Amino acid sequence: MKFAVIQFPGSNCDQDLVAALRDGFQQQAVLVDYRTADLTDYAAVLLPGGFSYGDYLRGGAIARFAPIMTAVRDFAAAGGLVIGICNGFQILTEAGLLPGVLQQNRSANFICQPAALTVVNNQTSFTKAYQPQQTITLPIAHGEGNYYCDAATLAELKAQRQIAFTYQDNPNGSVADIAGITNRAGNVLGMMPHPERAVEALLGSEDGRGVFQSMLQTLTEKVVPA
Amino acid sequence: MIEQTATAIKSSRLYQQWGLTSAEYQRIQELIGRLPNFTETGLFAAMWSEHCAYKNSKPLLKQFPTSGQRILQGPGEGAGIIDIGDGQAVVFKAESHNHPTAVEPYQGAATGVGGIIRDIFSMGAQPIAMLDSLRFGELTDAHTRFLLKETIAGIGGYGNCIGIPTVGGELAFDDAYAANPVMNAMCVGLLDTTMQQKGQAAGAGNLIYYVGAKTGRDGIQGAIFASAEFNDDVEADRSAVQVGDPFMEKQLMDACLELIREHPEAVVGIQDMGAAGLVSSSAEMGAKAGYGMTLNLDAVPQRESGMIPYELMLSESQERMLICVAKDQGAVVEKLFARYELDAVQIGAVTAAKQYQLYAHGEKVADVPIKALVDEAPVYQRPQRIPAHLLTADPQQYQPQITDAAAVLTDLLQQPTLASKQAVYRSYDTQVKTNTVVAPGSDAAVLRIRGGRKALAMTTDGNGRYLYLNPEIGGQIAVCEAARNIVASGGVPLGITDCLNFGSPEEPESFYELAQATKGMSAACKALATPVISGNVSLYNESNGTAIYPTPMVGMVGLIADLALITTQDFKHAGDAIFLVGQTRADFNGSELQKMLTGNISGALFDFDLATEISNQQLVQQAIRAGIVSSAHDLAEGGLAVGLAESCFGRQLGATVEVAMPASWLFAESQSRFILTVPAAQAAAFSQMTGEQAQQIGTVTAATDLVIKTNTETLTLDVVTSKQQWEGALAW
Repeated sequence: MKFAVIQFPGSNCDQDLVAALRDGFQQQAVLVDYRTADLTDYAAVLLPGGFSYGDYLRGGAIARFAPIMTAVRDFAAAGGLVIGICNGFQILTEAGLLPGVLQQNRSANFICQPAALTVVNNQTSFTKAYQPQQTITLPIAHGEGNYYCDAATLAELKAQRQIAFTYQDNPNGSVADIAGITNRAGNVLGMMPHPERAVEALLGSEDGRGVFQSMLQTLTEKVVPA
Repeated sequence: MIEQTATAIKSSRLYQQWGLTSAEYQRIQELIGRLPNFTETGLFAAMWSEHCAYKNSKPLLKQFPTSGQRILQGPGEGAGIIDIGDGQAVVFKAESHNHPTAVEPYQGAATGVGGIIRDIFSMGAQPIAMLDSLRFGELTDAHTRFLLKETIAGIGGYGNCIGIPTVGGELAFDDAYAANPVMNAMCVGLLDTTMQQKGQAAGAGNLIYYVGAKTGRDGIQGAIFASAEFNDDVEADRSAVQVGDPFMEKQLMDACLELIREHPEAVVGIQDMGAAGLVSSSAEMGAKAGYGMTLNLDAVPQRESGMIPYELMLSESQERMLICVAKDQGAVVEKLFARYELDAVQIGAVTAAKQYQLYAHGEKVADVPIKALVDEAPVYQRPQRIPAHLLTADPQQYQPQITDAAAVLTDLLQQPTLASKQAVYRSYDTQVKTNTVVAPGSDAAVLRIRGGRKALAMTTDGNGRYLYLNPEIGGQIAVCEAARNIVASGGVPLGITDCLNFGSPEEPESFYELAQATKGMSAACKALATPVISGNVSLYNESNGTAIYPTPMVGMVGLIADLALITTQDFKHAGDAIFLVGQTRADFNGSELQKMLTGNISGALFDFDLATEISNQQLVQQAIRAGIVSSAHDLAEGGLAVGLAESCFGRQLGATVEVAMPASWLFAESQSRFILTVPAAQAAAFSQMTGEQAQQIGTVTAATDLVIKTNTETLTLDVVTSKQQWEGALAW
């Protein structure tokens, strides 16, 4: 299986994602330039963290116009797995692939620290390797991670079980402590915490492995029919 | 800006406003055989500033050891390089950005970060970590709080965006820095040695390419600005501060490294356009290689209209590099940079004639021998005088009167200099690139090197208070303290970079301090076999005649041979035996305790012995290599009690300790000391190994109290509560 890690100008966690998939899961991960038009060769698409286009204007606001986003939309519409982490989550909301927006942190400061999360829904394509309501600790590192959506959208997110992760000690002011959500179909996930920074005990946590394990499991199940 | 004629410059003495003395102006006339015109005068003023020419500090810097078996590149290039085996090398350098930070702290700090990152990738290395050494006035002052807030935001704003983790540094407070904050940024890079570059423009006919951001009027005269004292007219200098764009730099870094990696044949040399911008980068590249250069200034990408040659040459607009490209490779460079949507424009060519020639609008606007600009600045042997406060210093150590040691410890832990810096680090991305094994907060930061078992430890150190009381011994201690941090983390010190933050070299007392400090640093570097591979000087840290403490910042990198040797300061397991390495004495002059209890520091600095220092460091290295050390912590400001508390805080463990000394000595800052813990089962064997050099002083406990029994009283500290106080004490 081949994973596409999209490289926008200003992405800076792209190499970390490639390393996590390659060294942590022996998967083939390829950096894909933001001008690429076609993603049909790939098993899954990953939008990395960073400061795409310098986050000028607003995180993800310019990246959503990048040429590759058409292919990302097509890939998602066809049911392919798409995950956006940190800046990738911001891009997915700006592109309308996920509901809501990510605002500046309530403290107005960038926050880098470990965050305790609850796996609220372990039935998604990105969380099935976790236990129900499992507590995991993942690093966060963002200035604009304060998730916001209106009451109707929140009710919908809850009703459709689209909330994947919540913070146990809300660091940034997110509505309903939301740390990660999926789209209604469940094939697109956005999350502010960085699972790719938590796949090795050497660096302090392996709690992020479940995200990639879940994706691999989902993709293997998909490939198997015969 | 109006260009004066050469004769008008002579009569108006404009050159003096630009920092040149009459004698220097005379020397320029002799070197070029005529009066320099407006542009040429500006070029010389910048290139002969202390910041570029080291004309005051050069005789002192010569003392530094700069070579060694592992040293691939010493001072004189963008950064120094040390071989770490397996075809890899570590590249590092630190640079001061004190003046810009004082005037416009966000941009001053941000561009300090951006500038030092360019120095690292100009050597062909991938930047992997940032450290920042900061000194401010007391936080009781509203302006200091503003400066701190903006400086931290600037460091984070740049480093977080470009995606290089900020993993360490220091933050200390003292009134001595109220008007002149110190902002020193250090960057560490990892180099595939086949990609090593130099800032050189060699080979007549090769092309000079300008790449990166366009040139504006920002930062003009920055190098001159950094080479003068502040006075109350400082506001007028705002235009001397540059503005940073980390997104642009990320693109520029990636493009330059791709060019070096994929098209090595195209790159003859590459250099950052840093202080004194286009003139220093181009002139240095040519002079170093023994060639001349012709530049066409009309081709320089510009974002403002009507810029005159003087402005184009001296602008310190950020995110620009100069590349000497092999004569048939221009198209390769242009195509590569176009993919990053960056300017890459040929602005000149290398010439065999060793002249530095500038053209604008079809006219020659400067024509001077390139060596005159780069190598012919005068070198001064400045007079020195022992500062009055050293002549009258009380040789006795301060004797603190302590009745409640627990209260003193609680107070000390909440002094801004000793308080947890977590609130600062939280605003920096410390983990991007996923190599950070030991994040900020232990003695040194540790990053693994992917693909093998090695790791790098890195730290910055330098206590200006010690240097104020004894610049030579203080200089030795600054280097040794850095080494102690590396050693406690499981590393072998490799070398140092430094920023020398001092007062005006034209003041004999300041210059004495600089001379003594560099002498002390040199002795320590020689004894530790840690050459100085790069650095800078920041003199003129004075306001209205008052200088900062003499403050050399030592940035050190060490090699950890195997990931298993990585050691942190946190106590790990209840039951582990606690050992104190080194001797404790009544050493209080210059200490945090003296400052806290008397409001000042005074007296003669305590004794320090390099041989003991080295012996104790070797003991700790040996113990860590033997695989029996669970934690190691260097004792520094605040002494043994603070060190023990910090080791308890990490995992919220307690300790029972008994020492045969008065309670006040718990806060003595005797040097060359460590606390180590080893599993109980190894304690006896470890005692045998250390002999007199270390004593077991206690045991780690699961109960969360730190209990220290002394000759005079028993101190008890609630670890959970005091950790909260320690973490919450730093607010701004």
